[in-house]
Amino acid sequence: MTATARGGNGTAPLVSVRNLKKEFPIRKGVFSRQVGAVKAVNDVSFHVARGETLGVVGESGCGKTTTGRTILRLLEPTSGEIYFEDRDVRAMGTRDLRALRREMQIIFQDPVSSLNPRMTVGAIIREGLTIHKLAEGTAADARVSQLLQEVGLRPEYATRYPHEFSGGQRQRIGIARALSVEPKFIVCDEPVSALDVSVQAQVINLLEDLQREHNLTYMFIAHDLSVVEHIADRVAVMYLGKIVELATADDLYREPLMPYTQALLSAVPVADPKARKERIILQGDVPSPANPPPGCVFHPRCHHPAKDVACTKIVPPLEEKTPGHFVHCIKQPPTSVSWEQQKEVGGVHPPERYLPLAAVHA
Amino acid sequence: MASPLLSIRDLRTYFYTESGVAKAVDGVSFDIGAGETVGIVGESGCGKSVTALSILRLIQPPGRIETGSRIEFEGKDLVTLADDEMRNIRGNRISMIFQEPMSALNPVFTVGDQVAEVARIHAGIGRKKSWERAVETLALTGIPAPEERAKQYPHQLSGGMRQRVLIAMALIMKPALIIADEPTTALDVTIQAQILDLLVHLQKEFGTSILMITHDLGVIAETTSRVIVMYAGEIVEEASVTELFARPHHPYTEGLMHSMPHIGHDQERLNVIPGTVPAPTNWPHGCRFRERCPYSWELPEREHPPLYDVGAGHISRCHLAREPERRNHPHQPLVVQEGVGAA
Repeated sequence: MTATARGGNGTAPLVSVRNLKKEFPIRKGVFSRQVGAVKAVNDVSFHVARGETLGVVGESGCGKTTTGRTILRLLEPTSGEIYFEDRDVRAMGTRDLRALRREMQIIFQDPVSSLNPRMTVGAIIREGLTIHKLAEGTAADARVSQLLQEVGLRPEYATRYPHEFSGGQRQRIGIARALSVEPKFIVCDEPVSALDVSVQAQVINLLEDLQREHNLTYMFIAHDLSVVEHIADRVAVMYLGKIVELATADDLYREPLMPYTQALLSAVPVADPKARKERIILQGDVPSPANPPPGCVFHPRCHHPAKDVACTKIVPPLEEKTPGHFVHCIKQPPTSVSWEQQKEVGGVHPPERYLPLAAVHA
Repeated sequence: MASPLLSIRDLRTYFYTESGVAKAVDGVSFDIGAGETVGIVGESGCGKSVTALSILRLIQPPGRIETGSRIEFEGKDLVTLADDEMRNIRGNRISMIFQEPMSALNPVFTVGDQVAEVARIHAGIGRKKSWERAVETLALTGIPAPEERAKQYPHQLSGGMRQRVLIAMALIMKPALIIADEPTTALDVTIQAQILDLLVHLQKEFGTSILMITHDLGVIAETTSRVIVMYAGEIVEEASVTELFARPHHPYTEGLMHSMPHIGHDQERLNVIPGTVPAPTNWPHGCRFRERCPYSWELPEREHPPLYDVGAGHISRCHLAREPERRNHPHQPLVVQEGVGAA
């Protein structure tokens, strides 16, 4: 089985994505000839079930933000399929797309640059109501007050400007703006990364409360693994444009099977000076997405003891290792890429189960 | 105990702004011993970075280190030291690693030139000699093929490599003290692990003292031996790293520890510290944390708490030291009752 677009518990997924690719051309010279492409999102498939939070983690340049923006068609995908409630998002024209944006919203990382400094907070929140003809006049004013209260701000703040607010308050304004059109699905793109720890906790709790009250579905993009563990039901780990592991948060953090996830988890500093910790220090840097390594994208930095030449030749499928736990690795058994196939291309180490971190975060 | 390498007494750094006097650092005292790694932790605006910049006297107007502040380092008072003597200390005896490795490097010079320049200025050695030393130091920081890398420009290096270059610049004169201001905040977690590993290793190898400034309690736990917690321009708690994490005393420290999600210890709901840090132009009277504190009572409202000795080399700026039984009766903080708590 592969990780295609099936609902987690039998219900139809709210969002499903198949074989999504997004390439950014690299142009050079007087005629802007295309000389290559950055493969920001490279053949990614997943779904988001109604009411769940799908966490997407990975380091800078792994494609997590591009994936989020491509689903909303804020960026045009290069190829692949995106369905929202069985509607084909890629086939939509401008008018359909605008209607769809009422149902799919985004909260940005930077609460400073994502709010227009020349508009009052009220006007920022009202804009969506006007565009989608949801409310006008005093009804719109009342709705703005209600939204401000809902995100924990005072209704009087509607007449103030963004610069008068702290980072946490600005992020609340961004959340109120996203909520104004009553969306079903919100892409949260690093919504708490720019905030201090204590304020971060306030915003995370708010997002969780709102999800419960409005039955929202979230795609929560972040580089902070502990925040994602807290908020997500399932987690996708991305590396160089690929999803390399996808599982429930419990499974992923308890038993990370992709060597990259293992290293990523072991790298998080633990706020306990007595914790004895095995750390996997990855050598070198992430390769350029303009020229990703052949075979498994992680093979140049991989520490799996069975790593061999087969890893440089075979692109691993994202396959189910235990129920609901999908991993991109031909050396973690079971695998559909048989040992015979691996030997044919020069493999010397048969797949073996490797779990160096079993007790680390237990 | 031998006299400390750095001894700060009653440091006050104020900024004279249009909206009033911002008391960014307001009466801070602490020591750093030779070979010791001390951490300062706190959120934006607590005064941790201004403390670091004050040590190097990099405070620009309208900011000023107030008279009466003392920063003693190797027998000299850095507050009153002449400018040329201070230049001789910066980058030579005390060096600094900044948060943003891109903006801290000059884009039009090769990284080797920039590392070598430090040695040329401070050791008075020639171009060839200083270049050799730069390459050696780059190698120490784990940069592969340092001869080739030294000839490259900052934009040709990754974020992790650039941070290694900054560490090489900080290290080339073998300083007695390195101040690292959020050295890994801009880096990805796997690169952060490499850099923290490197700093700990270099500290052991050369016996350099490190002042580690960060907002991340994980970084503190993994790299430091003693921790200072700052809030609203003051030290609110100080203890050895094991003591602080085992027995946090100040409610702010407690709040910080509980509001962080921990991998493997998931809770249903995160604890929050309500409200936000007050404005530095107008610190609250009495205890500065009082309005956000779940234990506050009349005493903290009336009286600014001193740093109480709570045992085992542990100090805390909290009146709970005097009335510990109040910890058993938490209540809603003031700030929530006023209706601004959600902000």
